[in-house]
Amino acid sequence: MTAQLIRGATETSDEAAESSESAESSESSARAILGATLTFAALVALWELLVRAFNIPGWLLPAPSAIAMALAEWRDELVRHSLVTLYETLLGFALSIAVSIPLAAAVVHSAILRNTIYPILLAFQSVPKVAIAPLLLLWIGFGVGPKIAVVFLVCFFPIVVATATGLSAVPAPLMELIRSLSAGTMQTFIKIRFPTAMPYIFVGLKVAITLAVIGAVIGEFVGSEDGLGYLILVSTSQSRTPLAFAALVLLTIISIVLYYGVAFIERIAVPWAPKN
Amino acid sequence: MDKIRIEGLEKTYASKGGRVTALAQVNLTIRQNEFITLVGPSGCGKSTLLKLIGVLIRPSRGLLLHDGVALTHPPRDVGIVFQEPVLLEWRSVLDNVLLPAEILGLDKTKAHARAMHLLDLVGLAGFERRFPRELSGGMQQRVSICRALIHNPSVLLMDEPFAALDAMTREELGFELMRIWDTDKKTVIFVTHNVTEAILLADRVVAMSRRPGRIAKIVDIALPRPRTIDMEFSPQFKSYSDQIRAVIYHGEGDGRR
Repeated sequence: MTAQLIRGATETSDEAAESSESAESSESSARAILGATLTFAALVALWELLVRAFNIPGWLLPAPSAIAMALAEWRDELVRHSLVTLYETLLGFALSIAVSIPLAAAVVHSAILRNTIYPILLAFQSVPKVAIAPLLLLWIGFGVGPKIAVVFLVCFFPIVVATATGLSAVPAPLMELIRSLSAGTMQTFIKIRFPTAMPYIFVGLKVAITLAVIGAVIGEFVGSEDGLGYLILVSTSQSRTPLAFAALVLLTIISIVLYYGVAFIERIAVPWAPKN
Repeated sequence: MDKIRIEGLEKTYASKGGRVTALAQVNLTIRQNEFITLVGPSGCGKSTLLKLIGVLIRPSRGLLLHDGVALTHPPRDVGIVFQEPVLLEWRSVLDNVLLPAEILGLDKTKAHARAMHLLDLVGLAGFERRFPRELSGGMQQRVSICRALIHNPSVLLMDEPFAALDAMTREELGFELMRIWDTDKKTVIFVTHNVTEAILLADRVVAMSRRPGRIAKIVDIALPRPRTIDMEFSPQFKSYSDQIRAVIYHGEGDGRR
């Protein structure tokens, strides 16, 4: 009884230490957000000040106020092009997930595939996607196809590598335990390997989603009639620099929102993942 | 009755410098419901012997019989506890304990009842819905012991299960294990590098030495049960301890070198 009481006491004190730790970390993260916001505001203010002080022409470097005005003035156009880019990004990203996760599973379960596919993937990854984009245009044609293909290609590698690493990360004793119970390959995959891989997969997804937006813009640069990449290209060539910057601002926002969207899904799907 | 019989068992591995003998000429008979501890320095092959008994690896030579039968696949009748608890972080304590029952396709209602009983037995009643990260190391290891017992195996293999715990938790869990074993008898094979732990727990201590890994001496422990912590300071305990230390460190077992 006494032993139980003592055990109980030491365990609660451990828990208490842990919860005060997490309170501390949430406080420090609030401070970090405040710090980042203030720094950002200061940089924007400095930018505005410098543009005005040195009388820099708007077509060369627009002031933040001019960019804000362009955002308001071209609101409808900007929303339309944003939706196109968002659509290409998400579709390419989803397609990449659908292909790369099963491929990673196959690679983990077969030594032959591992030895043959990995070098090919690596070779493929070394080819700059910007260089392939015109070819994709040639093969797939004009329209949304080539952009989705570029997004697919840039997302593919980080997701495959992260998933394969995660699926192989089951601790050796756990594998022995599973083997001692004569569990099948499918059972092992569903109950052990895949959940173990989840935090790793999300690392890959977070890297991939930021690349996905870049991929969509590359696709649009090479040839298109809509999307934020197209808008940047056209407005720069017409010296409507504030509009180009407005498109850039929206691209940045899309990228950040998507990243935190993936992080949010991770928090729900993988509550046991270590917090960063 | 003989639960496990081992005759002339050997395990060798291929390595850069040729074949390495991990375990040479092991002969051992383990009785039903006996508590055996394997003790020795690292590299003496005690974990290898445990894995051979669990049929997780195959011997290079020799005979291993479970209830008189030579097995080619891991028997269902065995529970395993490792040095690390290796719990599934995404599963609650209860679902972790139930994992082997799920894989083996056991009756859910019965397994659930048994899991609750086992958790109660190790003092974790009320913790079923908690997650591994919310538990201390000692509590996690208790969960992994429950997981090893869920399918009511007749053999329990334990590979240095308390080695990663602090000294106090270690002692506490040792006594808890003996209490469980007392109420629910099983053949236990317990690997440790701690001589005191080996003597305190065992019916028989199998002392092993290295290069090559082999059994140096088998010591019958005649201390009465239930064992208590005071027994550690008895002259009898010291004599066991001296005998074991002599063979595992100096390799003077059975007059062979």
